[in-house]
Amino acid sequence: MSTTTTVTPTKMWSGGKSPFNVEYGKLMMWYFLMSDAFTFGAFLISYGTIRFSTNGWPNPNEVFKSFPFAPEGVNAPLVFVSIMTFILIISSVTMVLAVHAGHNMDKKKVVKNLIWTIIGGIAFLSCQAWEWNHLHSEGAWWGSNPFLNHDGTASSTNFTNYFFTITGFHGFHVFSGVIINIIMLIMTLMDKFEKRGHYLMIEKAGLYWHFVDLVWVFVFTCFYLI
Amino acid sequence: MEHTAAHEEHSGGGVKEIVKVTIILSVLTAVELVLGFWMMGMPLESNLRLAVKGAIVILMMAKAFYIVGYFMHLKHEIKNLIMTIVVPLCLFLWFIIAFLYDGNSFRNLRNTYDPHFKEQSTIKVEKKEAGKETKHEEKKPEEKKAVE
Repeated sequence: MSTTTTVTPTKMWSGGKSPFNVEYGKLMMWYFLMSDAFTFGAFLISYGTIRFSTNGWPNPNEVFKSFPFAPEGVNAPLVFVSIMTFILIISSVTMVLAVHAGHNMDKKKVVKNLIWTIIGGIAFLSCQAWEWNHLHSEGAWWGSNPFLNHDGTASSTNFTNYFFTITGFHGFHVFSGVIINIIMLIMTLMDKFEKRGHYLMIEKAGLYWHFVDLVWVFVFTCFYLI
Repeated sequence: MEHTAAHEEHSGGGVKEIVKVTIILSVLTAVELVLGFWMMGMPLESNLRLAVKGAIVILMMAKAFYIVGYFMHLKHEIKNLIMTIVVPLCLFLWFIIAFLYDGNSFRNLRNTYDPHFKEQSTIKVEKKEAGKETKHEEKKPEEKKAVE
């Protein structure tokens, strides 16, 4: 031990084995996602607090009952949003498959699955754009709530404020996830990862994409189901 | 050295597991939706409705577990990494209980001491017609033109 005197300064992270057994970037992605989880958690818990401190609340089955291309006044609660949920779950699955193909250095499969993931993300965003547009045409927006409470009493604008803020923040995450995935696709097509010898970057993008799916699980439950 | 480390990370998983988790997530979502449809016909303040909501929250947590554990691969990481992520998130337990309890207490206080607040939640109002409102909006540009 005393004979090994190193002259060159070593970086902290290259001091042998990482305590977490993952590369630096992936660990930092986890920490970023944790902070993001607290941001979304704060939003959703604040929504819950306001809802608990109010006597009435609009019925989500009345608010979210419409469906694209269906005749006006159609009563299809939960149908559209369940399609959105499945789109996001499936795009999450294709992302896992892309990460898995990356482990096996299978460029063709990575490209194929990344494209499907991007398509899923864009489909979800389109659905959300339609829904926002529809609600806006009904008079709902930040600061204006055309819906009544369950029991027919007047509802406050808290409902629409929270809905648009939280689904908007989530939609923004989906949007940035799609951009990240497109960058990953371009990098894959340019053989960047092939030259590096590993597809670890796809894994980090995958973590972000799954997190977006995870947040939707909570948003979907809090706004549409409960 | 680096290569072996990279390979060690990817123990567990495989396409079989991905398919399995996909099916589990789909089934859980389907059950959630069934409960959601079932809940629609229930009276507002019934205990059964509350129980169904509780069941939906439990299913939500199960979905979160499968996404984080398998899709985000956390279950196959070493214990150090799992702990550094999961332990701080335990703060949410306090966070949720404290804030929801606070909100509930605030509502009770207002119902007791704020007659206006209490009264507002008993007056029924007529639903504004969505169509009329949009018509109003459409009229506005015409009025402007007329003024010009």
